[in-house]
Amino acid sequence: MNRKFAAAVLLAAVAAGATVQASAQEKVLRVVPHSNLSILDPIWTTQYMARNHGYMIYDTLFGTDEKSRVQPQMVDKWTVSPDNRLWTFTLREGLEFHDGKPVTGEDVVASIARWGKRDAMGQKLMTFVDRMDSPSPNTFRIFLREACGFVLEALGKPSSNVPFIMPKRIADTDAFKQIEEYIGSGPYIFKRDEFKPGDKAVYVKNTRYKPRTEKPSGTAGGKFVYVDRVEWNLALRDGQAQVNALAKGEIDVLERPAFDSYEQLKKADGVVLVTKDPLGFQYMARFNQLHPPFNNPKVRQAALAAMQQEPFLRAQVGIKEFYKTCPSMFTCGTPYGSAKGSDIQSKSNMKKAQELLKASGYDGTPVVILKPTDLAAIQKLPDVAAQLLRQAGFKVDLQAMDWNTVVSRRAKKEPPAQGGWNIFLTAWVAPDIWNPLTNAAVGADGEKSWFGWPKDEAIEKLRDQFARETSEAKKKALAEAIQVRAFEIGTHAPLGEYVNPLATRKNISGWVIGPGDIYWNVKKN
Amino acid sequence: MYTFILRRLLSTIPVLLVVAVLVFLILRLTPGDPAAILAGDAASTEQIAQIRSSLGLDRSIPVQFGIWAGNLLQGEFGRSYFYKMEVTLLIAQRIEPTLALAALTILIAVAVSIPLGVIAAWRFGGWFDRALMGFSVLGFSVPVFVLAYILIWIMSLKLGWFPVQGYKRLADGFWPFLHHLILPAITLSVIYIALIARVTRASVLEALGEDYIRTARAKGLPEARVLMRHALANAAVPIATVIGIGIALLIGGVVVTESVYAIPGLGRLTVDAVLARDFPTVQAVILLFSFAYVLINLVVDMSYVVFDPRIRY
Amino acid sequence: MDTQALSVESANIARRESAWQRLQRHWSVRIGSAVLALLVLAALCAPWLGTVDPTLFDAASRDLRPGQSGEITTLDGELIKHQFLMGSDSFGRDIYSRVIYGTRVSLLVGIATAVLALAFGIVFGLSAGYLRWLDGPLMRVMDGLMAIPAILLAITLVAMWRASLITVVVAIAITEVPRVTRLVRSLVLSIREEPYVEAAVSLGTPTWRIMFGHILPNCIAPLIVQGTYICASAILVEAILSFLGVGLPPDIPTWGNIMSEGRVQFMAYPHNLFFPGVFLAVTVLAVNILGDGLRDTLDPKMARRL
Repeated sequence: MNRKFAAAVLLAAVAAGATVQASAQEKVLRVVPHSNLSILDPIWTTQYMARNHGYMIYDTLFGTDEKSRVQPQMVDKWTVSPDNRLWTFTLREGLEFHDGKPVTGEDVVASIARWGKRDAMGQKLMTFVDRMDSPSPNTFRIFLREACGFVLEALGKPSSNVPFIMPKRIADTDAFKQIEEYIGSGPYIFKRDEFKPGDKAVYVKNTRYKPRTEKPSGTAGGKFVYVDRVEWNLALRDGQAQVNALAKGEIDVLERPAFDSYEQLKKADGVVLVTKDPLGFQYMARFNQLHPPFNNPKVRQAALAAMQQEPFLRAQVGIKEFYKTCPSMFTCGTPYGSAKGSDIQSKSNMKKAQELLKASGYDGTPVVILKPTDLAAIQKLPDVAAQLLRQAGFKVDLQAMDWNTVVSRRAKKEPPAQGGWNIFLTAWVAPDIWNPLTNAAVGADGEKSWFGWPKDEAIEKLRDQFARETSEAKKKALAEAIQVRAFEIGTHAPLGEYVNPLATRKNISGWVIGPGDIYWNVKKN
Repeated sequence: MYTFILRRLLSTIPVLLVVAVLVFLILRLTPGDPAAILAGDAASTEQIAQIRSSLGLDRSIPVQFGIWAGNLLQGEFGRSYFYKMEVTLLIAQRIEPTLALAALTILIAVAVSIPLGVIAAWRFGGWFDRALMGFSVLGFSVPVFVLAYILIWIMSLKLGWFPVQGYKRLADGFWPFLHHLILPAITLSVIYIALIARVTRASVLEALGEDYIRTARAKGLPEARVLMRHALANAAVPIATVIGIGIALLIGGVVVTESVYAIPGLGRLTVDAVLARDFPTVQAVILLFSFAYVLINLVVDMSYVVFDPRIRY
Repeated sequence: MDTQALSVESANIARRESAWQRLQRHWSVRIGSAVLALLVLAALCAPWLGTVDPTLFDAASRDLRPGQSGEITTLDGELIKHQFLMGSDSFGRDIYSRVIYGTRVSLLVGIATAVLALAFGIVFGLSAGYLRWLDGPLMRVMDGLMAIPAILLAITLVAMWRASLITVVVAIAITEVPRVTRLVRSLVLSIREEPYVEAAVSLGTPTWRIMFGHILPNCIAPLIVQGTYICASAILVEAILSFLGVGLPPDIPTWGNIMSEGRVQFMAYPHNLFFPGVFLAVTVLAVNILGDGLRDTLDPKMARRL
């Protein structure tokens, strides 16, 4: 009896060991993303977490490479009619959704239509579109009313909202309701049964995915997958615990370390920093033009003069190699990043700001600045803004609240004293602001525009022209004109650019250069 | 006895009703719009208004309460605004970590504090007694998160004995489950050890002053027996009381520990839900906690019957 | 977390009274009040203790170790040299100044919460104990309030309203009111039966006179003790709220805030947590010791009645 028992125990132990062994062969990439994942519909919201979730499980028609050029992804070849009004696309062979069904032109058309109802650039595109159809299963066509200069840029847009391709039955969901199924044709499959909100999200390799043959670059090129599973750890939100976990090897990747952590991370054994996104992000401060004092353009100019980029970057980022000033509203180093018109900010000093403020007739109305307490990436900016504005002679009321409250307050058009605001600060990833069409801050259509609601016909005319223009040289000139005008009317204050390098274990490699948080091509050795 | 239990259970209903109304009102009468948060960064005012009406937030408050209460009585706690899941499912996923942490914490606290308290009372006035009293006041003067960081630094980073963070489900293996839970449980138990030890010491001290102790000692019983069977047993009622209250307080205390150690439990869920203005989840969780509190009080009262035969219901 | 209140509610006084115990009582009260007096003094004299404006920062003076020197730019634009006795945080603010000014806020939060909770608790407790018709519904509401975990209630209240000193004080006070109410109510119920109260009633003394003239004076001692525990609890809860990101706005320095902002750098720059943590622990310790001493000094019979 004793022998049988011993044998049984031994067998159980071996079996347990064997299962442990088997699962140990599986390569699991353990990632701590920059925020919690709550919304799984990347068309319904512009949140970056939803977008990153989309990158994992969906594919796109076109992608944008690290040199900001649009490249085909799901599309094999395309033709444009001589008058620029008929675009015909052919899809690559063998594209499949995760449920085994092939990707057809009908799916594409439905997906573009849904995206075009929510995304700002998509909405603009749809004003040019007459109709879309799919004459054969692997082709689709877009009929334009007039020539449009940004069809491919729109379809290959790397950041929110990305025109991900979904099955028609899912894409037919009302654009103002969230989708309930998460089937895509991308390099990973979402394991819905293992998703625990606030705890973890799990993605497994899509073994049937057929990547392109080119090298991956940005959101273009071949999306090769070298790990079996990717787990997003949504429970680890404490900054210190994140650093400790990475140092001890309990996680593999820290997507956006807080700037204050870098010193510890640099010293940690087995941890490396990776700058996979050299274009990085841009900070900005946005004025509320509906209410005093920023309904007065001269006051906005004074504020622009006071808010020098260097103090913001030094306080918030701190590490010199990670930031640079950029006197452009469009990302420096990209086609439309020029310094024209920026003198009011870049060539000013505090004395000038004080003079401008006195001359503007500012009457001492306190400036309400919204300060989020729980977002490490922008937490210090409002304090710098408050200090600089105070030095210039403004009265400042710095109000602290959690980010969710900031989001709901900035949508309010009421006066600051009744729950509104005067200034809020935020950060955008480069593709979201690098041209006048995607950059929500230079839109000036009054109440229809982004929070802050500037109104200026001149800018809107220029933006319209930009949308129709097909010549690259003319587009550059228009972009400069838009920027000059935007600085004149003080739409917002660009506050410089920075990179937020990943922190990973030494044995992780294969990072794709380009904007966005991309997990294909990543190798775990 | 059973009528007592029944009466007590019935009396929880008005209490829970009060809780429900209070929480409902607090959430809805204060600024913070779930619709704007849901809509995301680039949403327009019309889009936000659309979402508000789809969530039913544009109806009057009594109507909203009526709808929610009605659903509640049918066992439906509603759907989370953010996670697109039934709240009951969300809670079911998160309850295991919190229960496990709480259970282990109580276990450690009771196992450590009662012997400490008994010994301190036995050696009243001695160095052990004074050390314990000193430590116990310190124990509930330091905030939990400071203690957590210090313990992590010593036991996890320097000594490497425990993982820094995380929670492993029981289904994934008993040892990983325990291993990940020990440090958080120790951190959280310090405050309860301090508390329970003090009360144990005080009530054992009082019991030791009774005549029957002198009798027991005069009879020649071993000291251990005197302490355990006579002193401790008679001191049990207040100790049980404080353990009961401690368990009830634990529910709130777990929040910080879950945050530092990245344990995906109910405490963290509630904080996130409050910050995200996820009304259905906040309402459901607070109701659940309140019900647990009331139940625990009932169990503690029941336990008096076991400890003190003179008490009869 | 109002764990301290439990000490008041549990039977605890030993009958033996050694010389050592008497000394300790005395000793507790003395030490506790001495430390607190020192802290109050520091809080009042904050501007003259070698501090600078605690909200001033300069990125050039980030993360200095305790004792290092650096520069600070004032609001008027002048650059001053300053020695950072307790180091600087990641903004470049002087932790020493923030800790000293933080004493003001933390003590204010503690005392204001205690006063507010006691005031409302007394009113509700007296009403519930004396007015039979109010007793039932009021205590149901109090039970309901007590059933909600205090931290969660405080978080909900502060997160829903704007984070400010008043909000935090009110939020914590609300969670403490039920216990005080119960305390006062039970005292009222027992004192009401006393012969001298019955005599006063039969003499036709107006209710309010009885309440304030006879009942309230007998409540004062246990209420003071309870008050010290509420104060200690409030200071701790404020720290926890700050830690969770729903406390006072960071430009009002509190010990909880300083620790919360500095915790990402705990391993590299422990001074961010060490100094405010020590001050916090010492303060709460002093208040607790004071409370213990006061409770032991009281007539033990009074304590028994609870």
